[in-house]
Amino acid sequence: MMMITPRWLGAALLPLLAAQALAAEPARNPRLDDQTQLPKAPTRALGQTYFQPPAEADMPSNAYGDLVRRGQDLFMNTKALAPEYVGNEMNCVNCHIDRGRKANSAPLWAAYTMYPAYRKKNNKVNTFVERMQGCFQFSMNGKAPAPDSEVLTALTAYAYWMSSGVPIAKAMPGRGFDEPPLPRGGYDIARGRVVYDKQCAICHGADGEGRKVGATSVFPPLWGKDSYNWGAGMHRINTAAGFIQHNMPLGRGKTLSDQEAWDVAAYINSHERPQDPRLVNGDIDETRKRYHAEDGVNLYGVVVDGRKLGQGVR
Amino acid sequence: MTPTVLRPLAFGLASSLLMLAQAAAGADGEAIIQKGGANPAAMPCMSCHGADGKGMAAGGFPRLAGLPEAYLAKQLADFRAGRRESPLMQPIAQALTEAETAAVAGSYAALPKVNVKASALERPREGTGAWLALRGAWDRNIPECTLCHGPSGVGVGDAFPPLAGQSAEYIEAQLRAWRGTPAQPGNRKTKPVAAVPPTRRNDPNGLMQHIAADLTEAEIKAVAAYFAGMGETTESFDASQHRLR
Ligand code: HEC
Ligand code: HEC
Ligand code: HEC
Ligand code: HEC
Repeated sequence: MMMITPRWLGAALLPLLAAQALAAEPARNPRLDDQTQLPKAPTRALGQTYFQPPAEADMPSNAYGDLVRRGQDLFMNTKALAPEYVGNEMNCVNCHIDRGRKANSAPLWAAYTMYPAYRKKNNKVNTFVERMQGCFQFSMNGKAPAPDSEVLTALTAYAYWMSSGVPIAKAMPGRGFDEPPLPRGGYDIARGRVVYDKQCAICHGADGEGRKVGATSVFPPLWGKDSYNWGAGMHRINTAAGFIQHNMPLGRGKTLSDQEAWDVAAYINSHERPQDPRLVNGDIDETRKRYHAEDGVNLYGVVVDGRKLGQGVR
Repeated sequence: MTPTVLRPLAFGLASSLLMLAQAAAGADGEAIIQKGGANPAAMPCMSCHGADGKGMAAGGFPRLAGLPEAYLAKQLADFRAGRRESPLMQPIAQALTEAETAAVAGSYAALPKVNVKASALERPREGTGAWLALRGAWDRNIPECTLCHGPSGVGVGDAFPPLAGQSAEYIEAQLRAWRGTPAQPGNRKTKPVAAVPPTRRNDPNGLMQHIAADLTEAEIKAVAAYFAGMGETTESFDASQHRLR
């Protein structure tokens, strides 16, 4: 006869418990897993200025204006105002500079009118709300608010307001991060470290940890547990290179060469960060094959300095 | 004697020698603040920076109390090297020894920091000093001042000094020092005025200079008034209440 020892019981229960935990996870929306890169924006014609979004003072003083203001507050102060959806120390404005208004920093005014977006590659349609949910899941390493939630409604109203006057479905110059081309000799992580120590560490910290004053993150973390996760668009070296070249060092955008931008972007993105929430069967290689292999230039699942990246940190 | 006995002895000797050397150089921060350095040209700091180290607005003398130690030491080194020009401060900084510089920076850093009450998140109006402080002017690549100088301008780490606690006179003077003035061409009535190059050239990686250079005179006045207007509260309050945005 079989003895029922506590150990045996535990072993028998374990898979059961695991199955239960799995069942408790809400089903993933497959469209959120699709983080396809934005298409290249049209270049600005000579002498043409970027679209000028309306001024903050022009937000009407009625219920609509209140919703728009709430959206702007959430955009700037996401971690403090919507903590249940944010798993790191980031705010939307950290990557979408000047409250989502700055050209070449993925401005909201160049985004809103481009959705729903159809993607031929996988025959799927992505809505604007789904795109924002993606940033919650990956860039903010958090949970996507429901499509009809107060948070996403306010953020949508803010983006709609900012896009007043932009033609529907017309790609605008200044959309996305306008990535510099990969330099002929590729990129070099060691050279990127030199750029980082000289130009970035003063704010983002010697170990990319960022800096807080009181409870507020002032300089956002660039890697580690409080930064964007391995599924975020910023983990692509090409995307980060574009953001950095246009916007960093803070206030001194457009001072780094293509080479420096790529090198320092590669250095940042060769560090561990929270796991890709799409992790397939707990397997980095499988996850790379499914989600990273054809996603721009990135180091997820790649061995760097004898260590396979993509382990994730908590 | 075995080396294990020797080591603590040597250590003790070295540290007492160091203390002796400090005493010989007069490197007592408190004493320098009140009576000046060993070299008489290093005048007592408090005669200009105030008995409490909070500065004197009318003379344009800045607050030193509670500023980061590394920042204070760096400024004294910058005055000495001429990266920061000031007819009053340069000779004083040059008259301080290395040990005195370190000691006085330590003493000022140990005084209380500026205590600014965290105000409710305000919605600034465009064109005001508050707007520059909280929104910036990104069309000119000017980030909001608080993004580097911290919520309510209380400063961030060693490199970004507080603006709260400083007078409008001092803030304006520093912004002009970084900006310099462009040359004015003459006409029939006025003589040409030569350009004045910036007299402060010490910001790390040029993070501050381009900002000052791109501000208008009206903006300099407005933003200086904004930070000077933060005032200081005597009420105790928890610094974690500061919010950036
Ligand atoms: C870590 C940086 C980061 C943070 C934080 C972040 N995003 Fe993004 N966002 C990106 C990147 C990268 C892209 C995609 C750019 C690309 O593919 O070239 C993007 C794209 C978008 C788009 C689509 C832009 C377009 O032109 O179609 C929207 C809308 C958006 N984000 C909203 C948000 C919102 C709302 C938040 C806060 C909840 C947020 N983002 C936080 C980096 C970030
Ligand atoms: C003066 C301080 C400062 C310097 C220097 C600086 N940054 Fe930043 N960085 C910031 C701030 C502040 C933000 C967030 C901007 C906002 O919230 O408006 C940011 C945002 C970022 C982001 C997107 C947000 C995130 O956490 O991922 C990246 C990536 C980044 N910086 C990289 C760099 C690189 C690379 C350098 C050096 C070439 C650099 N920064 C230099 C202050 C700085
Ligand atoms: C005769 C008046 C005077 C005396 C005495 C004086 N200072 Fe100053 N100090 C000034 C002035 C004026 C400035 C502003 C200079 C400028 O415009 O750049 C200044 C600026 C400084 C600064 C820069 C502060 C900042 O926020 O960047 C430091 C540090 C400093 N002084 C230290 C000292 C120390 C230490 C002593 C005593 C050994 C001292 N000062 C004595 C007039 C004085
Ligand atoms: C990108 C970061 C950054 C931004 C944004 C910034 N500053 Fe600064 N600022 C600095 C740094 C760094 C220093 C210290 C330089 C040094 O080491 O002497 C400084 C110093 C100053 C000082 C001198 C303080 C003292 O004690 O001497 C003043 C005044 C000042 N800043 C005003 C402003 C104002 C006003 C704004 C907004 C319009 C602003 N700063 C925005 C980085 C910044």
